Amino acid sequence: MRAFATLLERLAFTPARNAKLRLLRHYLEATPDPDRGYALAALTGDLKLRTVTPGLLRGLMVERVDEQLFALSYDFVGDLAETIALLWDTDRDEDVPLHQAVALLSETGKAGLPAAIAGMLDRLGPSQRLAFLKLATGNMRIGLSARMARIALAEMGAPDVAQIEEIWHGLTPPYQPLFDWIAGGARPEQAARAPFRPVMLSTPVDLDQLRAFDPADYVAEWKWDGIRVQAINDGGVRRLYSRTGEDISASFPDLIEALNFDGAVDGELLVRRGEDVAVFGDLQKRLGRKQVGRGMLDSHPASLRVYDLMIWGGRDLRDLPLTDRRAALEAADFGSDRIDVSPLLDFATWDDLAALRADPPAPVIEGVMIKRRDSAYVGGRPRGPWFKWKRDPHVVDAVLLYAQRGHGKRSGFYSDFTFGLWEADQLVPVGKAYFGFTDEELRELDRFVRNNTVERFGPVRSIAPKLVLEVAFEGLNASGRHKAGVAMRFPRISRIRWDKPASEADHLSTLKAMIP
Amino acid sequence: MFTILVSMRADQILHPTPAGLYCPPGDFFIDPVRPVPRALITHGHGDHARSGHGAVMATRQTLEIMAIRYGADFAGQRQAADGPVRVGGTTVSFHPAGHILGSAQIAVQPDHGPKIVVSGDYCRHPNPVSEPYEPVPCDIFVTEATFGLPVFKHPDPAGEMTRLLASMAEFPERQHLIGAYALGKAQRLIMLARQAGIDGPIAIHGALQRLCDYHVEQGIDLGPLVPATAKQVDAQLVIAPPSAFASAWVQRFRDPVIGFASGWMAVRARARQRGVELPLVISDHVDWPQVTRTITELAPREVWITHGTEDGLLRWCELQGIPARPLRLVGYEDEPE
Repeated sequence: MRAFATLLERLAFTPARNAKLRLLRHYLEATPDPDRGYALAALTGDLKLRTVTPGLLRGLMVERVDEQLFALSYDFVGDLAETIALLWDTDRDEDVPLHQAVALLSETGKAGLPAAIAGMLDRLGPSQRLAFLKLATGNMRIGLSARMARIALAEMGAPDVAQIEEIWHGLTPPYQPLFDWIAGGARPEQAARAPFRPVMLSTPVDLDQLRAFDPADYVAEWKWDGIRVQAINDGGVRRLYSRTGEDISASFPDLIEALNFDGAVDGELLVRRGEDVAVFGDLQKRLGRKQVGRGMLDSHPASLRVYDLMIWGGRDLRDLPLTDRRAALEAADFGSDRIDVSPLLDFATWDDLAALRADPPAPVIEGVMIKRRDSAYVGGRPRGPWFKWKRDPHVVDAVLLYAQRGHGKRSGFYSDFTFGLWEADQLVPVGKAYFGFTDEELRELDRFVRNNTVERFGPVRSIAPKLVLEVAFEGLNASGRHKAGVAMRFPRISRIRWDKPASEADHLSTLKAMIP
Repeated sequence: MFTILVSMRADQILHPTPAGLYCPPGDFFIDPVRPVPRALITHGHGDHARSGHGAVMATRQTLEIMAIRYGADFAGQRQAADGPVRVGGTTVSFHPAGHILGSAQIAVQPDHGPKIVVSGDYCRHPNPVSEPYEPVPCDIFVTEATFGLPVFKHPDPAGEMTRLLASMAEFPERQHLIGAYALGKAQRLIMLARQAGIDGPIAIHGALQRLCDYHVEQGIDLGPLVPATAKQVDAQLVIAPPSAFASAWVQRFRDPVIGFASGWMAVRARARQRGVELPLVISDHVDWPQVTRTITELAPREVWITHGTEDGLLRWCELQGIPARPLRLVGYEDEPE
C-alpha cells in the first residue's frame, strides 16, 4: 500500500491531466495483481467497501489522545482522516498489501471493525495511514474519472480505449482478466448484460469547409443541447450511459422505466415537458443525484430523443449505412411518450442549411449535425462522416477583475482570469476563463496583470478595472451559487479589447437577457 | 554587617515588550523586532535579526550573515559571542540551537535569580549546515512552538529526498523548482540532495548566491552550483526562495514541477494553499516529539512559549504539571519566507 499511498498523494497535488495519466500508468505497470486492480477501482469509485463513520474514527482517537489536543489538531488540519493519520502513534511502517486492507474493510463485521482498524493503523506509517483512512471513509477526492483510468490502461498495451470501453462494464475489481489482456493474453469475454459501446463522435465544420461536399450525400438534424447518452435494454437489463461510458442510470429512474424496447440506442437526454424541451440548466439539476425525489421527477421529467440505433431486435446495426439504420429507427416502436425520434432537416443546399441553423425553432438547439448517408456507426471520432456545425457563440465585453497564476506549462504566468460586468456603477464578477488566447497574448495579459495589480491575496491578484475582454460562451444558466445570478458555459476569451474603455463594457442586464 | 540578597523574580529578568523580550538587569533585548540600543540575536533569519540596533551581540557567523544581508554597518557596534560574557548585572552565553548556520540559544544568568534559556528557533534533527542543538539546563526554558501540535512529526528528510528523486525520474523532461528559504533551508536542501546522490549541477536563484557562497567559505561543501538566472537553466533541480514563484522569473521554465520544502507541507490544506505540486516536509524547527522531549529532558521549573501554535504545547504542559505561559510575542513569522 506504500506505492498506492504515494500515488494518491501525487495525484492529489498534480493538476495536469497528462502528468496524472503518467503517474497512474507507472503505478499500474509497477504494481502486482490484485493490488493494482483494487487501486484502480478505489480511484474511480468502483470499489464498494464498508464505509467507516467519522464517529467510529473519532472514538478511536479520543481513546488515545487527550481530547483537547485532538480538537486543536483537527481544527488546524481541517480533515478528520488526515488528522488521525498524522496523530496516530506507532513506530511501525510495514508495507501492507492493498488487498489486505480491502479484505479488512469488506469482510470485518460491525462489532469487530474498531479493533481491526486500530490494528491496521498500528502497522502503518503516516502516508499509508492516510491512504487507508481515505479508503475506509470512501472519500478519495482525487478527481480521476473512469475515462482517464481507461486511457492510462490503453497506454500500457495493445488494446485501445474503445476496445477497453467495450468490455469495461463486464469487469469487476481487481480486473485480473483485463490486466492479462493488456499484457498480451486473451480478450476477456463480454460477460455483462447491457454493456456500453463506444459512441460515434463528430468533428467541427464551417460553411467554407462544407462547400467541398455534395449536400445530397448527407442528412442533417438539430444538435439538441442536452446530454448525449446511450440507452440500453438488453433482455430486461436497463442502463443509461454518458458518452464517456459512465453509468448514470441511478439519476434517471423515470427514463430507465420507459426503456421498453430491446436494443441499444444513441440519443440526447433532455428534460421535456410535453413538446417543450427545457433549457440545459433544468437537466443539470437532475445530474449527479444518487436519489431523485418525487417532486423533481414530476417537475423535471427526463426524456430521450433518439438519433441512431446501434443494436435493435437482437441485431447489431452498426455496420449498416446510416440510411438503413435511419429507416429502422423511423419504423421502431419505443412504446413510451418519453422517447421520440430526432427529426431530419429538409435542405437541398448548404445555404438552405445555413438558414435553418441561423434560426432554430427552439432555444435548446446548439446547431446542426451533418451525417453522411452511407456512414457506418464507428466508435470514437473518425474524421469526416459526421460533422457538428455549432451555432455561433454568444459574446459579451467584460472587464478583467482578478487574475490567478497557472500551473505546469503556465507556471509563473497569470492565466486564469475573472471578469465582470456593470451593474449600476459597480462591476460584478460573472465568470472565469483560462483559455481562448494565444501564447503571445498570454504574455501580454501577464504583463498587463503585473503592471496593474491593486492588491494580492496569495496566488490571486486584484486588477485595476480597465482592460476589456470579449468573452465567448456557449450558453447561460440561471445560478443561485454565483453572485451575478448567472453561470456561463464554456466561457473563453475570444478577443482582447485593448482599444475599448472599461466604461463601455456590457451591463449585467444584457447578459441576463440572454438566459433562455 | 551583612547584605540581604534579594533574588529577582523571573519576569523581572526577562519580559515581553512591544520591541521584543527585554532584560532589565542586563539592559538588552533578545531578537528585538524594532531598533534598540542593545540587542542579543539568536540567528540570522530576517524576523529575528534586524538592522539598525545600537549594539549587537551574536555568534560570529550570525554577525557575518547579518553583514551579508544588511551591509557591514548594520549596527553601531558588533560583538561576537565567545564564552560567558558579563552584560550589565547578568552573565550571558550562547549555545548551538541546530536551526541554521550560526544559530544559538541564549542563556541569561542573573547574579541572583533563576537562569533563563531563550532557545530562539531550534531543531534536533541532524542538520549538515548547523552545529547540533545543545541541551542547556535552566530554571526557565523559553521555547518556540512553531509546530506545537501533536500532528507535527517531521519525517526523515532522507525519505522526502527519495520522493523528490522519484519525481525527477518520473518526469525527467520537467525541471523541478523547489522553494526554500534563502538562509538555512536552501543550503540544507542542497546538502540533502548531495547525500541522496545528486552529484551534478544544482541551479540556484540569484537571491541564494551570496548565502551559498558564505556556507562554502564556512567549510560546507555544497558541490557544483549554477546560477538560475540565465535564459536557459541547465539543471533539473532548481532551488529558489518561495517569493520567486510569484515573479516573472519562473516563466523561463517550461512546464516545471513546483515544490516547497517546509514543515507546513505535512498538512495538505497548507500545501494546497501554496499551489505546489511536490510538497516536501523538511523543517528546521523542532516538531512535537522533539519539543516535548526537550522539555522533559531539561525539566525546567517553568516553560515560556514565544510564538507559534502555543495552545497545543500549553495543554501538554498542563497535562504534565509543568507551569507554562505564552509570551505572545509579535513580529515573528511561523516559518518565514
